[in-house]
Amino acid sequence: MAATRTTPPTPTAPTGAPASALSSSTAILRTEFRLFCREAGALFWILAFPTLLLVVLGFIPEFRQPNEEMGGTRVIDLYVPVAVLLATITAGIQSMPTVLTGYRERGVLRRLRVTPARPASLLVAQLLLHGAAVLVSGAVALTVGRLVYDVPLPQQPFGYAVAFVLATFASLAIGTLISAFSRTTKISGVIGTVVFFPMMFTSGVWLPVQAMPDVVRNIVEWTPLGAASQALDAAAGGSWPAWLDLLVTAVWGVVVVAGAARWFRWE
Amino acid sequence: MAIIEAKDLRKVYGGKPAVDGVSFEVEEGEIFGVLGPNGAGKTTTVECIEGLRTPDAGEVRVSGLDPVTDRDEVMQLLGAQLQESQLQQKLTVREALELYTAFYRAPADWRALVERLDLAEQLDTRFAKLSGGQKQRLFIALALVGNPSVVVLDELTTGLDPRGRRDTWSLIESVRDSGVTVLLVTHFMEEAQRLCDRVAVIDSGRVVALDTPDGLVRQSASSTVVSFTPSPALDDLELRALPEVGAVTERRGRVTLTGSDETVNALVRLLAAREVSAERLRIEDATLDDAFLDLTAAEEDAAEPAAQPTAPRSGDAQAVR
Repeated sequence: MAATRTTPPTPTAPTGAPASALSSSTAILRTEFRLFCREAGALFWILAFPTLLLVVLGFIPEFRQPNEEMGGTRVIDLYVPVAVLLATITAGIQSMPTVLTGYRERGVLRRLRVTPARPASLLVAQLLLHGAAVLVSGAVALTVGRLVYDVPLPQQPFGYAVAFVLATFASLAIGTLISAFSRTTKISGVIGTVVFFPMMFTSGVWLPVQAMPDVVRNIVEWTPLGAASQALDAAAGGSWPAWLDLLVTAVWGVVVVAGAARWFRWE
Repeated sequence: MAIIEAKDLRKVYGGKPAVDGVSFEVEEGEIFGVLGPNGAGKTTTVECIEGLRTPDAGEVRVSGLDPVTDRDEVMQLLGAQLQESQLQQKLTVREALELYTAFYRAPADWRALVERLDLAEQLDTRFAKLSGGQKQRLFIALALVGNPSVVVLDELTTGLDPRGRRDTWSLIESVRDSGVTVLLVTHFMEEAQRLCDRVAVIDSGRVVALDTPDGLVRQSASSTVVSFTPSPALDDLELRALPEVGAVTERRGRVTLTGSDETVNALVRLLAAREVSAERLRIEDATLDDAFLDLTAAEEDAAEPAAQPTAPRSGDAQAVR
């Protein structure tokens, strides 16, 4: 017992490198990455489910036939961007708010406040990891769509990437707002479910936005994911997305993030 | 040299002062206890020291630094264990220690801490699977992993079984022996009496006493506890009228009262005068427990003078309603 005392400073880093804010943040990111990999449920809903839905829908023969009413595109072509947007929803609305609210509810954030690290690093790590998972999921959906159902890759890849990133940003922003308003994980679960269905509808899960009746589409285009859907569709076809669509998604994201920053509490 | 200085701290919640002018200094190398009933403002006080709260008025210094404005520096030398905080449920003990090690400039070797805190078997266990005692030991390890000069432990032993509590006490002593100043928040008198070099008793947001545990017992009006079974029964009012008497309680015919040596002498005279025999008469020195009740009760009486039953005076009592 006497031999094991804490007093002599024994830096674990061989160089005695000072612990900077950066090294704290990377340590947190690394830890959260490990923990993220342990959430089998979240990984399934974010990474696998959107592409699985795409594959299952492709089993329907009519979905693989060119549709005259839609100018010769196939329904399955429209479902690739839907799968991409669905990943932003399962990550941003289903998974992340529960994690963040749980961290606050259990005092994980509070505990970090009495260390040299900052609880904001934990929030940023979660945003980065969920964002990265969404991007991977989107890439999987595009790849599987191309390989299994011969859906062409986006003809305007840069425009597609911009629309995708903005959609991810908007969904994650809504997720942080949900946890800002939820004192407990129970509440965030309820709000998440309430928001989940309209988000799925506006992203076109039940009926692709491009196949919606004009009246409905004109409304849906003003929602973050409805606008993103239009932007992705344009980029998939080879044209640069309409600036208005990109702007709608971006403004939603910025406004919601501002609200989350205003109302989020560390404890 | 005082490593922690709290000067005239005030913190108001919803119009009610939770901390109302608390001052004390903690000397380097001591175990300093903050003692008080639930809701007395203990936790709010230490949260100001930890930089978790900004006091509405007053000043906190940890090693001469302000925990809010010099947060980064203070956090390098202060380790904390919080009440009711948890870690990520699926984080293992090893990962938690490695993570917290990365936060500090000159961390301790967590492997040695693990040995000392008897957590070696649990290194790969996830936080959610740890027992209450193991969680507490992990929190002590995390409070120490930054090689702090001060550790703040808030109700560390609450929820532990008596054995776990005793083990934790020797641990805290060994932490102090290794040169770390300990600020210990507790509501267990036994804990304060056994561990603390000095104790601040906080009640209703104020320091009502600050002394060594023995000093507190001596300075309280009721340093002696007398218990006996009178036969025949004695008049309660006569007992309460004894000089320097503190609390008087009666349970199943057995009377317990606190007071000074003079109270005891007067009691003996009273018993003789009334020809009452005192069976199983015991006279003991008060414990910190008694002193604490005495100190915090005196505070309550001062705040609410009407609470003490007074001899009924015709008509007046009705008028109060």
